Parts: sequence; structure tokens; C-alpha cells
Amino acid sequence: MLDKEMVKMLFEGVRDTCYMTLVSTFFGYLIGLPLGIFLTLTDKDGLTPNKAIYSLLDVIINITRSVPFLILLIVVMPLTKAIVGKSYGSTATIVPLTIAAAPLIGRMVESSLKDVGKGVIEAAVSMGAKTGTIVRKVLIGEARTSLLTGVAIVLGTVLGYSAMAGVVGGGGLGDIAIRYGYYRYETGIMLITLVFIIAVVQVMQGIGSFVAKKFDHRSK
Amino acid sequence: MKQSLLEIKHLNKAYGENIILKSFNLKVEKGDVVVVIGPSGCGKSTLLRCINALEDIQGGEILIGGEPISRNAKNISTMRQKVGMVFQSYDLFPHKTILDNVLLAPIKVQKRKRNEVEKEALELLGKVGLADRKNDYPRQLSGGQKQRVAIVRALIMHPDILLLDEITAALDPEMVREVLEVVISLAKSGSTMMIVTHEMAFAKAIATRVLFLENGEIVEESKEPKAFFESPQTERAKKFLKSFEY
Ligand SMILES: Nc1ncnc2c1ncn2[C@@H]1O[C@H](COP(=O)(O)OP(=O)(O)OP(=O)(O)O)[C@@H](O)[C@H]1O
Ligand SMILES: [Mg+2]
Repeated sequence: MLDKEMVKMLFEGVRDTCYMTLVSTFFGYLIGLPLGIFLTLTDKDGLTPNKAIYSLLDVIINITRSVPFLILLIVVMPLTKAIVGKSYGSTATIVPLTIAAAPLIGRMVESSLKDVGKGVIEAAVSMGAKTGTIVRKVLIGEARTSLLTGVAIVLGTVLGYSAMAGVVGGGGLGDIAIRYGYYRYETGIMLITLVFIIAVVQVMQGIGSFVAKKFDHRSK
Repeated sequence: MKQSLLEIKHLNKAYGENIILKSFNLKVEKGDVVVVIGPSGCGKSTLLRCINALEDIQGGEILIGGEPISRNAKNISTMRQKVGMVFQSYDLFPHKTILDNVLLAPIKVQKRKRNEVEKEALELLGKVGLADRKNDYPRQLSGGQKQRVAIVRALIMHPDILLLDEITAALDPEMVREVLEVVISLAKSGSTMMIVTHEMAFAKAIATRVLFLENGEIVEESKEPKAFFESPQTERAKKFLKSFEY
């Protein structure tokens, strides 16, 4: 069962899965990080409360978050095709993955930033710090442990989504698991693939938590 | 006419329907050490927070060196730098070392040069006996030590006036003195301060002026703190001071 061909396929599966997960998470943060910052700032006890902007972002996030990933995958196919040129394969999967990750990341960032003590923020305000400085030096600086823990959680979730994309030929380990386990009833290969998926998740989470701990200086 | 360092004119402050300060007036001159006392909820913290424009105000004006300080004005950053503030809960940045806590604002807000500020930071930390703790994180310090760092963090901005809001209220009794001694030495060196405190012995020792507030109004004001604490003129103040005796 585990011939050379198979090993190569699994290796490529791991590679593609990591590729999709990391790139989508990266793009997800490009959108989600500013989103989380705006949510934090415009909330009613944020630094620059703005009900209209907050509600708008809030609604957009809630809507995108409530669409199941498999459906999102199909709904955005035309967009995927327009951006990537095709709607299957691991590069194509990055588009729906990013769209699914961004609102999740926005929420996680929001919740991390809102954990920064009000007093600490006020201390910075009282010293004349402007909003930009407070965001960079105080909000992100002080929330970094929880932001990094968030990255680990997001990686795990995005990896899970990427496996789902296997259903429509999304590439990566999920694709292999579905092709062999679901279509060909080769349970053995499916289980091996599953072990690989779990291993990749574990490694990503492990690195995430390790880095997060290293940066933690809050009182214990 | 001589320009007051701080002038509050007809300040109105309310939280919703709840009026806290009603047409409040006050002038503070350079070198004044104004101690503000009064029962809980009378508006002491609110007053200090207004002076630093941490609160929206509903009317009146607050002038620092003749210039208005207002939350939405363009120059709010510059104005706030003139008003140093230390809070009851220290509010040090937990993820920054003691030194970085002190350096953040002068470097990022005032755009001063790192080596120049660092030198001053170490000097100031030395004065409060904490130079050797510069690389520690706040969680490694006691409450009293944290509060001394918070004072240094405010001082390094060279504020025109320092506002202290019950800075020893969260401290164990044995740490109160180490913090108050720092404040007393500041007063001796001529710093202008407004101090809200429940430490009456300290208030008596340090004040050049006393304000006794109730319901957001100055009930009694004295430029003779010793006399005030011995024999206040109003019944209200008398009763209030009595509550600290055993
Ligand atoms: N953010 C707020 N929203 C609504 N009401 C507030 C707020 N902050 C303070 N108050 C009210 O304003 C009044 C004055 O509060 P303030 O904190 O200034 O009192 P204080 O004199 O500092 O009291 P203490 O000695 O207990 O610190 C109180 O009645 C309080 O309930
Ligand atoms: Mg108070």
C-alpha cells in the first residue's frame, strides 16, 4: 500500500496543505488585522467610537462567518476563477480560504485587543499618544501573546477548511483523504493521511504556543 | 495680569443626567501643591480627568498656561504632554520592561532622541531607587515600586503640572511611605501638583493649598493647610476630617 508513489503523494499533500494554509492565513491577516483594529477602535468604548462603521463591519463579519465553508467555496468560484484563472487546485483554494479566514481573524484580533487593560490605554492617552501610536505600541504590543495564540488557532482552523476543499479538488491532504477514503474506500490511506493532517496541525499549534509563551510577560 | 498655570473657568461636567461638576472654577499657580479631599463620589477623580481632557465636558473652559485643552482640538497631544497623570492602579505596560515603560512616550510621542532620554530615565529611576530594576517587567515589582515607576514615567515628559489620583490607595501600608516620600521630594523641588488623597497626614505635610469638595463644589478652600487640618471652618469639613480619627 505504501509504495514510492504513495509516499510522494503524501509528501506533496503535506506541502500543498502547508502552502494553502500559510498563504491563506497570511492574506487573511492582511485583511483581518486591520479589520480587528477598526472594530476595536470604533466600538462604543473604543478610542474613536463610530457606531456606523462598527455596525457595518460587524454585520459583514457575521454574514461571512455564518456561511458554511463548503458553500462559500462554491459561491466564490467565479471570483476564484477571475483571480487565479481556474477554480480547482491548491492555489485556487487560497481565495475562498482567505475569504473565510479574514472575518474569523478580524474577530480574534478584536477580542485580543479588547483584552488590553483600559487603564493602560488611558495612561498612553494621558501622555499625549496619538491613536496610531497607541494601536502599534500599546494595543498590539500588549496583546501580542494573545494575538500569537490566535495565529495558532487560525492556522488550525484554516487547515481544517483546506481539507474540506478536497471535496471539490482543492488539493492537499484533504484532497487525498477524500479521493482515497471516500471515493475508493481505501481506508488505510485515508487514515494515514488523517495522521498527517493531525501532525501538521500539532506542529503549527506547537510552534504558535511556544512563540506566544516566549513573548508573555503578563503577571502570572 | 499674571498667567495662571492652570485655570478652570465655569467647568460643567455631567455623566448623562448626573451633574458632577457645576460651574467649577479654580486657578493653580506654578509651584502650588493643591491637595483635593472630599467624600467618595464627590467628583475628585472626575475633576483631574477633565484637566487632562480624558473626559468630554459639557461647558466651560480649561486653560493650561493660557491655552485651552480640549479633547477634539488639533493640539490635544501637545496639551496633554503638559499635564502628567498618575493613577491609583499604576497602569504600567505589562509587556514592556521598566525602562521601556518610561521611554515609550518621550520617544514615540515627544520624538526625543533615545540616548538622551535613556540617560534621563536612568537618572530619574535612580532617584526613586529603582535604577537596578530597569530590565525587569512590571510583574516583578511590588505595588509601591510600580507606582514609583509610574511617577517617573509621568515626570520624564516634563509636565507643567502633575495630577496624582489616590496613588497610594491600592498599596499595602508599608509601601505607602516609599511612594509618598517621592512625592514630597518633588514638592520640595518646586513641582506643581494636584493631589487627590485620603492620607490626611501626608496631605497636611505636603499641601500649600487644600480644596475640600462635596457634590462637585468647593465647600472650603484654604491656603493655610496646617490651620485647615487643625480647625476647618465649615461644619462639613470638620465632620469629614473627624471621620479619619479613631
Ligand atoms: N464613567 C462614568 N459614568 C457615569 N458616572 C460616573 C462615571 N465616572 C464617575 N461617575 C460618577 O461621578 C461621580 C463622581 O465620581 P468620581 O470618581 O469623580 O468621585 P471621587 O471623588 O473620585 O470618588 P472616590 O473618592 O471614591 O474616588 C460619582 O457619583 C460617580 O458615580
Ligand atoms: Mg476617585
